[in-house]
Amino acid sequence: MLRMWRQRVTLTDLVIWGLGILILVGVVWGSIQTLRLGKYTLAIWYDLIITGLALGGVYALIALGYTLVYGILRMINFAHSEIFMSGAFTATFAADALYQAGWWNSYPVLSLLIVLLVAATVSATIAFSVERIAYRPLRYAPRLVPLITAIGTSFFLQYTFRGLYGSGQKGYPDMDIFQGAIVFGDVRILKTQLVAIVGAVIMMVILFSIVQYTKIGKAMRSVSEDKETAALMGIDVDRIISTTFLLGGISAGVAGILFLILFPVAHFFMGFVPGLKAFTSAVLGGIGNVPGAFLGGVLLGLLESVGPSLFLDGLGIPAPYQLKDAIAFTILVFILIFRPTGILGERMAQTKL
Amino acid sequence: MQISAPSFSWKEAVRVGVLGGAIAILISLVGMVAAFGERYIVYGWFSMGQVLFLAPILFMVSLTLRREKASTSSKTVLHSLLAGAVGGVMLAVLVLLGQVINLRAVLVNASPRLYGMLTFNQGLPAGPFVLIAVTALLGAVAGAYHLLPPRWQRTLSQAVIWLILTGLMRDLIMNIVVRWRLVGELFKTVLFASSGLQPIGAIVLLLLIGGLVYWRSGQPAGRGFSLKNQPPTIRWASIAGIVLIFLTLPQILGVYFSEILDNVMMYILMGLGLNIVVGFAGLLDLGYVAFFAIGAYTMGVLTSPELRAEPLTYWQALPFALVISFISGLILGLPVLKLRGDYLAIVTLGFGEIVRLLVLSDWLRPWLGGTQGIQLIAQPRIGSMVLNTQEELYYLFLLGVGIILFIAIRLKDSRLGRAWMALREDEDVAMAMGINHVVVKLLAFATGAVFSGLAGTIFAAKLTSVYPHSMNFLVSINVLALLILGGMGSIPGAFVGALVLIGAPELLREFAEFRYLVYGALLVTMMVTRPEGLWPEERRRLELHEAEEELKGAEPVPAS
Amino acid sequence: MAILVSKKVTKRFGGLEALSKIDLEVREQSIHSIIGPNGAGKTTFFNCVTGFYTPEEGEILFNGRNITGLSPDRVTHLGISRTYQNIRLFKNMTAVENILVGMHPHLKAGLIGSVIRPSWVVKEEREALEEAKHLLRFVGLQGRGDMLAKNLPYGEQRRLEIARALASRPKLLLLDEPTAGMNPSETQDMINFIRRLRDELGITILLIEHQMRVVMNISELITVLDFGQKIAEGTPLEIQRNERVIEAYLGRGAASGLGQVHASPAAR
Repeated sequence: MLRMWRQRVTLTDLVIWGLGILILVGVVWGSIQTLRLGKYTLAIWYDLIITGLALGGVYALIALGYTLVYGILRMINFAHSEIFMSGAFTATFAADALYQAGWWNSYPVLSLLIVLLVAATVSATIAFSVERIAYRPLRYAPRLVPLITAIGTSFFLQYTFRGLYGSGQKGYPDMDIFQGAIVFGDVRILKTQLVAIVGAVIMMVILFSIVQYTKIGKAMRSVSEDKETAALMGIDVDRIISTTFLLGGISAGVAGILFLILFPVAHFFMGFVPGLKAFTSAVLGGIGNVPGAFLGGVLLGLLESVGPSLFLDGLGIPAPYQLKDAIAFTILVFILIFRPTGILGERMAQTKL
Repeated sequence: MQISAPSFSWKEAVRVGVLGGAIAILISLVGMVAAFGERYIVYGWFSMGQVLFLAPILFMVSLTLRREKASTSSKTVLHSLLAGAVGGVMLAVLVLLGQVINLRAVLVNASPRLYGMLTFNQGLPAGPFVLIAVTALLGAVAGAYHLLPPRWQRTLSQAVIWLILTGLMRDLIMNIVVRWRLVGELFKTVLFASSGLQPIGAIVLLLLIGGLVYWRSGQPAGRGFSLKNQPPTIRWASIAGIVLIFLTLPQILGVYFSEILDNVMMYILMGLGLNIVVGFAGLLDLGYVAFFAIGAYTMGVLTSPELRAEPLTYWQALPFALVISFISGLILGLPVLKLRGDYLAIVTLGFGEIVRLLVLSDWLRPWLGGTQGIQLIAQPRIGSMVLNTQEELYYLFLLGVGIILFIAIRLKDSRLGRAWMALREDEDVAMAMGINHVVVKLLAFATGAVFSGLAGTIFAAKLTSVYPHSMNFLVSINVLALLILGGMGSIPGAFVGALVLIGAPELLREFAEFRYLVYGALLVTMMVTRPEGLWPEERRRLELHEAEEELKGAEPVPAS
Repeated sequence: MAILVSKKVTKRFGGLEALSKIDLEVREQSIHSIIGPNGAGKTTFFNCVTGFYTPEEGEILFNGRNITGLSPDRVTHLGISRTYQNIRLFKNMTAVENILVGMHPHLKAGLIGSVIRPSWVVKEEREALEEAKHLLRFVGLQGRGDMLAKNLPYGEQRRLEIARALASRPKLLLLDEPTAGMNPSETQDMINFIRRLRDELGITILLIEHQMRVVMNISELITVLDFGQKIAEGTPLEIQRNERVIEAYLGRGAASGLGQVHASPAAR
């Protein structure tokens, strides 16, 4: 065993591990410093955690789209962030119209349902069309080809919506029933955050049940294992793939509304960063794995929210919040390098050779 | 989009019309039609905006016609007319809808101006009918075009394409010919208007190009002009001519176009670099801008008096910048070596973003200037002359491109180049050929990084300042898109791609807003229809054998 | 005199033992075959020798040197080269370039050398090209050198793959089903060709083969694997009479295999 270690460990490994350990030491040292200095009160920590959880729920929902598509096609649907954006951006207009009509606060539940419906429909339609037009012709192409296509699609969608709706920011109206906070002892949760968390959990449970227990879900899983065999067993592979994209689109649409409830501004570029972070979540949890997406999303949300104060502040880095995205991307880089199968493991590991 | 019908039926005609109409509506609503409304092709007659909404309908009709070779009857014309009309009806519906409800509340570009353009400014009752008539007529023309003999088809299509291109390039052409007074006057009075072509000029041009194409397609298919086939005197003369043209280009073009040329060349530099990483070695690097940033910032940090008491000159700082680029290529390359292709792409994207965020942060502000960037970066001097105008910087870029081109060509046909390509084709087998994939991949990363770093240093010197927001992901996408358009792995492809994708948007200012929309559509279209690019990579002939084309015997059927 | 020695090599995938305690000795300048039903572990053994897999137990010696766990490129540098069951050429490179890639280990030009191209690099490249052309002629592909590998007919792709493997000047050549998908006359050509490799170039050959006719015809020694175990070893004649071998094949209804064994030598 030891002999094999010595022969297989190369300079590359040493450098990578060195880097990893360096960062880990930094994180631990920073955390200790922060906690020792006691810069933050417990209430602030609670606040950060709640914020992280709410954010994490949204990431998890977007991550679901990456995970479902990856599970079934082994492809990173880079355009998924724009599918998220398209639903959310469109829904802002619906929300605005409802607000103008005075329904927004007199029929809040109905309004919310309408807005959700708009977002989910738009996202699902876009997801469906993207698969049909851009991905389907390339299903058996080398791996990089669909990825480049997906990047192209992402830009096309981003700038199409910029052209359609304009390059400005569009506000999403606040709802009266979501104002204020609920207090449990020391813990204070904004109602918007509560809505995001509860909404994300409900949606995850629904989608998990679909994948796990329905006929469609079974078909999806068998297509994910082996397309040819699934086709031989009479499964319409194209239809299942389309359904997968639809499901991913719907969850992205819902995620869009939850995101807007937390951060009430929409613009054409709003998808990029959450999309990349959701992808990170998917990889963190184990891409292709539905519970993994949830776990990854929550973890990433927490790290991003708590991280800057916890370990960057302690290292004496000024304005640590500027680097919260850098934390997420660093996690992305390191998880892909050290454990590309994620925490829960990729459902189907790729074999080489 | 799979359109497969045995013959061009009525149903199919409607379908094609709807598809074309949908694309036309999308192009109208994202604002392209209105934006190009003032960019006339033939002054007062039709503008690029109109081309943009008519072209999709026309394109869909002719695409479908081309798929069915058999149809030669007059029915074809009728069907195409219908398809065109359907497309027109869809646009007309948009116009009418716009009159009834205020689409503009949501769709910012659904403006009266757009409606005016769509209806050829014919006002309300007549306008939509004019629109439908025009599209129907164009559809019929497309159908009739399809019935023409190939020679006439070529003549017609090329004449129209050149007409449009000449109309669009009016400013550039005028800028050149204005130097010769007589020609300039002639062009100004006969050919060009204040925007686009004069109607008379357009007709002359159409006949001229048409005649030329018709005549040439009648000639027996001659061998293309190749420098290699010419006697040495002509060969050297041609090469000298080309070099001379490149050397005098800024004088011919003037300041404004020199700047465009500088940008094109900067992207050629980066394109040649990314071509090594993606095209040769097959490693999709989406964080390529990081090395550009590292080159530019090293130059800034070393030469700006803001950050150093004793700033270096450009030439003193250049080797440092290149070495640091090289080393950062190695450092960023190391961790990603073990990753599969698509993960590698995402990790490099992550790296690019991390570099940008770090540069932006207050944390590194004392060293890198934060959001303010770095100013007062040194410009290169030669003797007592400071290269600070666009024309002078052109020569710096030219020198850079020359050196990098030389290196790229040399590397392509070397032991290392072959190793990169082998890795791209099949990594496992390449390793079994004795190729150390770690070393070879790292060299690809580092070489690409140096090219990009060099581009960064010249960029910094050109602007005398660097800002973090000019180092974003979009730069990487620009480079990737130009490579894919030109052809991955192809060195001339990088030039073609940069000229088209970087040059064209700067010549047509209206285009800037839609740049990434078009790039996105382009990436998808190229990957689906022509993944090898416009100028595909060519393999060098080493055995130099003539009779290689005919295959000996048929492929044996593998026995089970 | 053994060029390759495998001592108790074991390779597991998850719970499955793809190879268990394989002992094998390949004599220098011999033609040695490994046979066995599908999934017997033949290709896995090749992958262990060439460094793609690291066996969990046991060791592999090449010319007396332990090569267990070395990376594939280092194994190649030591003088082992291989072909693949499903031809794996560099499809978008020309035939000559494929061979030139095979010469990678004994060329020296690096980054700087490639760019500056001093006279020794020019000379090296010229000689490499000559050698590549020579190899093309040797495998009967003269005139095909500038064709993209993917455009060559099947049989020629097989031969090009062998030429590429020879380009690294191996002492031991591993051939994975070199006659797969060939018709009888092509197969005969291949048999003669493999003999020439050994006789003219003095290369030791270890091959995996399914066609019994080929195996019995060409091999000096045969090793039989079944379910990752070595079940027999011996000369062609011994193997044909071996009870366990017959059982392994007949037991799976692959009677065609040994049926031919008895038929073909008689037919010749």
